[in-house]
Amino acid sequence: MISSFPKLINATFVTLKLLSASLLIGIFLGLFFAILRINKNVFVNKFAYGYSYIFRGTPLLVQIFIIYFGLGNIEWLRTTFLWSILKEPYWCAIIAFALNTGAYTSEILRSAFQTIKPGVIEAGKSLGISNSKIFYKIQIPIAIRQSLPAYGNEIILMLKGTSLASTVTLMDITGVAQKIISTTFRPLEVFIIAGSIYLFMTFLIHNLIKYLEKKYSFQQ
Amino acid sequence: MELLAFGKTGWGDELFYATLMTIAVSISAMLIGFIFSIIFTPLKLSKYKSLNLIGNFYTTVVRGVPELLVIYLFYFGSSGALMYVASIFGYYEYIEINAFITGSMAIGIISGAYSTEVFRGAIKSIDKGQFEAGKVLGLSKFIQFYKIILPQMLRLAIPNLSNVWQITLKDTALISVTGLVEIMRQSRIAAGATRDPLFFYSIAALIFLMLTFLSMRLINKLELKYRKGF
Repeated sequence: MISSFPKLINATFVTLKLLSASLLIGIFLGLFFAILRINKNVFVNKFAYGYSYIFRGTPLLVQIFIIYFGLGNIEWLRTTFLWSILKEPYWCAIIAFALNTGAYTSEILRSAFQTIKPGVIEAGKSLGISNSKIFYKIQIPIAIRQSLPAYGNEIILMLKGTSLASTVTLMDITGVAQKIISTTFRPLEVFIIAGSIYLFMTFLIHNLIKYLEKKYSFQQ
Repeated sequence: MELLAFGKTGWGDELFYATLMTIAVSISAMLIGFIFSIIFTPLKLSKYKSLNLIGNFYTTVVRGVPELLVIYLFYFGSSGALMYVASIFGYYEYIEINAFITGSMAIGIISGAYSTEVFRGAIKSIDKGQFEAGKVLGLSKFIQFYKIILPQMLRLAIPNLSNVWQITLKDTALISVTGLVEIMRQSRIAAGATRDPLFFYSIAALIFLMLTFLSMRLINKLELKYRKGF
């Protein structure tokens, strides 16, 4: 059992790489679609709503399978440069995770934008600050602060989501754990070790978010 | 479209039964989850630290570990555990547990952790005066809970329970790794047979979207019903 520990530690790096890459892309996607959501144009608005509805309403597993097995099956895609990305399970997983977390992030940021008090924006306007400056220097920082607790939950959900990468042959923590279980038939021990690694990461993320919340709180 | 025809030529009826299977697993997982939350919510709300610890351990561990890992534990571990228990009673044959049962147990335990949190939050946000009023009226503990706390708790819990239902419904897709023929497994079989994964996985996504959409409408109606008078 002890011998499986180093393997799982190595796999932790795969999990962390998947997590950080998809969160990084996801946060930009989320911000982009959240801005579309508060746009007044009906079509733009509906488009962003449709995106978040579809990705939040279907299981992540379906999304990965559509991207990895589905898109890879289209003939003409294989001739384009996209094929070099889509043939790699690693990139497919990251694309699926990023699109998924992007949808949730856009909802979190949208509700944060909508709860900003109009007085704050009016204060900026009456000081003669330009609209774009109000948006970047006032609205976005407040929205980020507002959405920290919900985003912390999203990071933890995404950490658990990365376990699905094992279904497309990637050897992350869950993938390695599954392989060890099916060769040693010691499900409980492997579960305890792999589970503790996940719990430890959850614990770290939870505390990091708590620290950030405290650091950027309004009342000081 | 021929691919979706019912009967021997298409996959329509197979996908239809797979959808029913997904719904059945989700409902039984949700019910198992309720049983778990009936056990663990009182533990989390208890005055005793040691009972709190047990309750917190359950919700923290289950919500912090990936669903897939829990499913693997049940898939590979449950028949071994059952055989171990059976061997104590002098039964040494090989026991295999049905994929439906292990699947709904695994998802049920996960769903139970989420609904425990929901119920705990709902009970906590009921006004203290309600408990005291029950006591002052001299009602027994059971009547107090059943007639005063439970109806108010349900009203507060339903919106959040609908989230738990959504999570549970989507988690059932993961049971496909154990070989239970639900939507994902059936699409995978169909995709393999017809070599058209894009089509069948998209159909799977559509079915899931439809299920979440329909259940949301149903839950909204329920919510309105319990909201009467507020």
